[in-house]
Amino acid sequence: MPDLGLEVLWKGKNLIRLLGGLGIALRISLVSVLISIGLGTLLGMVRRKEKGLPKVIMRLYLEFIRIMPQLVLLFLVYFGTTRSFGWDLSGETAAVIVFSLWGTAEMSDLVRGALNSIPVHQYESAEALGLWEKQIYRYVILPQAVRRLLPPAINLVTRMIKTTSLVLMIGVVEVLKVAQQIIEANRMSSPNAAFGVYLAVFVIYFCACWPVSLAAKKLERRWR
Amino acid sequence: MDWKFIAEYIPLYQEAAALTVKIGIAGIAAAIGTGLVCGMIGYYRVPVLGRIVSAYVELSRNTPLLIQLFFIYYGLPKIGIRTDAKACGMAGLAFLGGGYMAETFRSGIEAVDAIQEESACSLGLNKVQTIWYVILPQALAVSMPAFVANVIFLLKETSVFSAVSLMDLMFTAKDLIGIYYNTTESLFLLVIFYLLILLPVSVLGSILERRARYAGFGT
Amino acid sequence: MEREVLEISHLRKQYDGQTVIDDLSLTVHEGEVIVVIGPSGCGKSTLLRCVNALEDIQGGQIRLHGEPISQKSRNLQQLRQKVGMVFQNYELFPHMNVLDNILLAPVKAQKRARREVKEEAMALLGRVGLENRAESYPRQLSGGQKQRVAIVRALCMHPELLLFDEVTAALDPEMVREVLEVILDLADQGRTMLVVTHEMQFARAVADRIIFLDQGRICEEGPPETFFDAPKTERAEKFLKTFTFERKNKSKSGIRPGEEKL
Repeated sequence: MPDLGLEVLWKGKNLIRLLGGLGIALRISLVSVLISIGLGTLLGMVRRKEKGLPKVIMRLYLEFIRIMPQLVLLFLVYFGTTRSFGWDLSGETAAVIVFSLWGTAEMSDLVRGALNSIPVHQYESAEALGLWEKQIYRYVILPQAVRRLLPPAINLVTRMIKTTSLVLMIGVVEVLKVAQQIIEANRMSSPNAAFGVYLAVFVIYFCACWPVSLAAKKLERRWR
Repeated sequence: MDWKFIAEYIPLYQEAAALTVKIGIAGIAAAIGTGLVCGMIGYYRVPVLGRIVSAYVELSRNTPLLIQLFFIYYGLPKIGIRTDAKACGMAGLAFLGGGYMAETFRSGIEAVDAIQEESACSLGLNKVQTIWYVILPQALAVSMPAFVANVIFLLKETSVFSAVSLMDLMFTAKDLIGIYYNTTESLFLLVIFYLLILLPVSVLGSILERRARYAGFGT
Repeated sequence: MEREVLEISHLRKQYDGQTVIDDLSLTVHEGEVIVVIGPSGCGKSTLLRCVNALEDIQGGQIRLHGEPISQKSRNLQQLRQKVGMVFQNYELFPHMNVLDNILLAPVKAQKRARREVKEEAMALLGRVGLENRAESYPRQLSGGQKQRVAIVRALCMHPELLLFDEVTAALDPEMVREVLEVILDLADQGRTMLVVTHEMQFARAVADRIIFLDQGRICEEGPPETFFDAPKTERAEKFLKTFTFERKNKSKSGIRPGEEKL
């Protein structure tokens, strides 16, 4: 049995420290997700009605966010704002800003898609029954739209958690950074620590994301 | 904006972009191959293999590429599996993308009506002919939008290659910021070059998508 | 008596323990047109699907020219090539044009020369009035046109037996006739056919023999005139009654809102 460097994990508080790193990643995701859901829902509903110039501007913003790698966005906000506006953002703040911008764009797409997916007949038949517009949304449209919206919205959470791994690149101390520190500190005593520790990081991320994806899949199946 | 700086460093970015595209294409091609095979195995519920495939799909879809790369590049050499940075980037992309492509192809096959398969069978086509001439063309058309989204997603994911010291666009930008403090120009070039890579793919994708849409056959 | 094309003996088919076809025996002779009718869920479609081995069977045997056909047959592809099937929803391949739809199986499964099959296909398309739609895609055709293409597709395989599974059920009323006329034409040519349909007038016209199926069994069979004019069983009589209507009360007294008598 080759030395897999797993023993490092049990040394001192190493595992706890790794999980602490995950805590930071989760905190960034959670804040960003909450902001994204709020703003994204609003934006998605507004986007169905807007016309003219605002529509073009919104479209450009959304396309830019969608097409740029999140890491590029992180660089733009983290390095760019310091230079242009003289702000000294912490890595974590920059991350929350970027992930919220990105998440809002994604969420607004999902909301718009869910609302558009309800066939016109549903509106018409509700109107034909004499319901008010508010009632139509409350009793007919929203219950159906939410069912379509929830699974992909939950998936957005998984994607957000996975994306937080990138904040390593702008100097936030999260799971990977902690892992690097642990490996560095034990370089002499366990030269193979890189295998065990990165394997642990792999498993930790999987354990954070998998249950969430599973929940999304279950809901999707049940509501299809 | 320091245009002289920009002009001077364009070639450097070109080189980096070429590297990104090269590894991106190779990795995505491998991901498509992996995805097709895994998607078929998943759809036909091949015993044993089917379970392995679904475990792989869950693993690859529920972990970030950056961590997959770290594990491949820094972890695996400790048990004797060594890869250079380029091969590592490719392998990571194939591992991640294979899972996404497998899901896309599987749901594409699922979207083809079962009676289409029966209709082909009743004409006396064998299993392989049925899959090749009847099921796959329709499945691929159905999965085209998701497929294009995957390709763009994977190309974007290549931005983390710098973490395994590949001299890609991110690496170059970060380097230049570190050395010359020409942040605005470096970031400007970074955005432009990513747009140059990703915009054509996105446009081509939406054209393909429109042409291949299920209802669009023959229009 | 003519040669036997299809011999079904003691066929039994179950879904999850529920018996759909129960001890059914039926022989189809060359050139014979058999129409299967019965209430929905009586097993008519399942019977057709069993003949083409699209379903596994739990008992009995189906023989095509004496050769048993089932999902376990080793030469299943060859056997299926001898049986042409037309489905309710046409099931043309949407990604191929009309001609490619027709040519696929003869060229790939039967390995016949493309040019020879193409000639035949064009002739058959002409016969059903679609010679100028060879390059069209299924979605550009009306339901009736699609169904006629599906029939040509089946014919091009030179089948010894044709199965029609409620081929007009998905069609708009004005298109039903154009499809049924094609089938009548085939009957006149002396094709051997097994037809499932809800069109009683058509059944009467096309059938040599009517099979009335109820709860997975043959309840009554005989020449169409006898069956339609003087059904022997009560169940058949009741079934045929569902196709006629009468109104019980034609008084003119109106009803005011809120006074509905339910």
